[in-house]
Amino acid sequence: MNNSAKKAFLSGNAAIARGAWEAGCKFAAAYPGTPSTEIMEFCGTYDEIDAQWAVNEKTAMETVIGACFGGTRAICSQKHVGLNVAADPFFTASYIGVNAGLVIVTADDPGMHSSQNEQDNRYYAMMSKMPLLEPSDSQEAKDMTIEAFEISERFNTPVLIRTTTRVSHSETIVQLGERREQPEKEFVPDMNRYCTLPNISRQMHVKVEKRALELEKYAAEESKFNYITMGDPKIGIIASGVAYRHAKEAFPQASFLKLGMSWPYPNELIKRFASKVQKVIVIEEGDPFIEKAVRTLGINCVGKNLVPLCGELNPDILSEVLSEVVSPHLPVKTGIKHTELASEVPVPGRPPVLCPGCPHRGIFYVLSKLKCIVTGDIGCYSLGAYAPHNAMHSIVCMGASITTAMGLSKAMKDKIKGKLVAVIGESTFMHSGMTSLLDTVYNKGNHLTIILDNSITAMTGHQPNPASGKTLKGEPAKSLDFVKVCHALGISKVSTVDPFDLKAVETLVKARLQDDEPSVIIAQRPCYLLKDYKPKIRKVTIDIDKCVKCGMCLKVGCPAVEVDPVDKKTRLNMALCVHCGLCAQMCKPGAITQEQEEN
Amino acid sequence: MKKTFNILVCGVGGQGTLLASNIIADAAMDSGYDVKKSEIHGMAQRGGSVTSHVRFGEHIESPIMRKGECDILLSFELLESVRSIGFLKPGGTLITNTQKILPMSVSAGGQVYPDNILDVFAESSIKFTAIDAIGKALELGNQKVLNIILLGVLSKQLPEISVETWENSIKKLLKPKLHELNLKAFNLGRNYN
Repeated sequence: MNNSAKKAFLSGNAAIARGAWEAGCKFAAAYPGTPSTEIMEFCGTYDEIDAQWAVNEKTAMETVIGACFGGTRAICSQKHVGLNVAADPFFTASYIGVNAGLVIVTADDPGMHSSQNEQDNRYYAMMSKMPLLEPSDSQEAKDMTIEAFEISERFNTPVLIRTTTRVSHSETIVQLGERREQPEKEFVPDMNRYCTLPNISRQMHVKVEKRALELEKYAAEESKFNYITMGDPKIGIIASGVAYRHAKEAFPQASFLKLGMSWPYPNELIKRFASKVQKVIVIEEGDPFIEKAVRTLGINCVGKNLVPLCGELNPDILSEVLSEVVSPHLPVKTGIKHTELASEVPVPGRPPVLCPGCPHRGIFYVLSKLKCIVTGDIGCYSLGAYAPHNAMHSIVCMGASITTAMGLSKAMKDKIKGKLVAVIGESTFMHSGMTSLLDTVYNKGNHLTIILDNSITAMTGHQPNPASGKTLKGEPAKSLDFVKVCHALGISKVSTVDPFDLKAVETLVKARLQDDEPSVIIAQRPCYLLKDYKPKIRKVTIDIDKCVKCGMCLKVGCPAVEVDPVDKKTRLNMALCVHCGLCAQMCKPGAITQEQEEN
Repeated sequence: MKKTFNILVCGVGGQGTLLASNIIADAAMDSGYDVKKSEIHGMAQRGGSVTSHVRFGEHIESPIMRKGECDILLSFELLESVRSIGFLKPGGTLITNTQKILPMSVSAGGQVYPDNILDVFAESSIKFTAIDAIGKALELGNQKVLNIILLGVLSKQLPEISVETWENSIKKLLKPKLHELNLKAFNLGRNYN
């Protein structure tokens, strides 16, 4: 990848990393989060970029701010909700400005393919007074990243790039360029520049407001990413991000104002465009962010009154919702005939499930059996909320399981005593669960916390973390000792257990639920999909003649355990089975058995 | 002006659909087309439905095709072919693996996996090829090459991309030690009737 072949087929995420590399960026940090994760993975493939996985988005943001103070161009990336975690340093970074260029990427997830909300992070730019770039494909993702570093240094500001899932994860053709090394800038200690004491910040704020006006002029007059292409003047579409591509697909004959730099609002450019067209339509994914600017200028427009606020957009949706507005003026492709067979065949859903061999499965079986009230967290194990386990009863945000549990117990007292469990993955625990556990100890919470330690940040595609013993670049690193950490935070009852041993898990959970103090169980077993994890196998087999159709084996909820539609007895799908043995532990009549000897 | 092609690849996570769509995109790019490809990495590593839109032509705007625009639907799993069939244009081509992977909603006993899927296709106006790609892959000694076998079947429907380009893209995207087996799989698919 490092060689400058002429063109490549890159995802938006890969293109942002490439842009950072071409811009001479030397430092990068992130916490994984869909759809942003691959930005940092690709940054890690370049020798010239020192890239690292942080333990959370806030530490990542603070580290890149420090690197920018230290005189090298730096970038950090996160998913939309990750910027909430990093918001504190983010806002103040805007006041301080930069030494070397600083670029911050937020990958929003309209449609919530893998997220808990669909907040529109463009408001973060407006709220922090930071310039905002919105790429619509991978070429722009690369070009805008390079431009973001230029804007950052020219205007003395961090720059926010906002992608959405379809930009992050779509691949398009990108023209590659060379890397341009940047001169190192010296860090000269200067209280007035780097210390946000109230009297200094007051002066900084004045500069920030002045800077916003200069950036508005730049966005309206100079930015190459804001441009008008005149088509039929009867319909004028203002669009940003991938919504622009969908709109071009749906209404190719219309006139367009493409906004790549959408904040500060390029007001003069918007006015000029509106004066050239008869009807203005604003098309954007998420909230009416640009539409509000258009309306504030007194321009009447069509926008979120017709274009959906919720979910992703696509050309079909746009043709459908805007047909009435556009069709009197321009032809609209709607109601394309398509093959409609689905109605003749009922299609059962295929929701995601915990993989065969997943170490979380045993824990959720036991929690479900003991009818526990479970506060959950963010990770693969969120799937424990679904049938057959139904063993997760709240999910809020990263790290919330432990403190939500404490709140529940404070409110419900004896009504929930002996039933309450917080479940959190090891990566999430390190991200923001440790402070919650300390809070629980300090404020005399008394619930059980189960840390699911599978040695990897699994949900986002296996990124190493401080439990894995290696860094993003594959170098060895110190491995966190969870038992010691929990003891140090003030938990006296800390136990470890193999989640594949159902009896041991059940005994331990039952004992801990009796306690009148906070306790921790660490369930330790690596994610089965880990490349270098080669567990010893004890083979599982089934003797169908012994199956009494009791259905106990189905309670572990494994995709490899199937019911034969004819005889209603259990079958094991050996193409999926990885011989974890949970179903054998469930089988009282001895139809499913597991070898005693490992081989 | 080059015609725009819309190929939808669908299947179940873990089946190798993403590699197949990567190869289609690479071969189209090497044949001089503008290409866009879009897929979603959903929750959890495996076991969910996966679809990948591959669009190529003179100039492509949206990475997502419209319903009724799909020229060829390449399906790795029978039920998934029904789930995505609405994208296929009337008279479009469906290439489907006959493999059935039971979703949990079926395997745990609740819902029913429809048994009339191939009959419904046969009675419709679509052109379709059904192939036991797993069986064919096992004949070659490795279940994993089912994706390249299906790609071989697809390649026959796209004369715009030359055999050499297909083979070149397969070699580019796979490790050298896998080349011989996968080229064999590609040719098996290409010659399937």
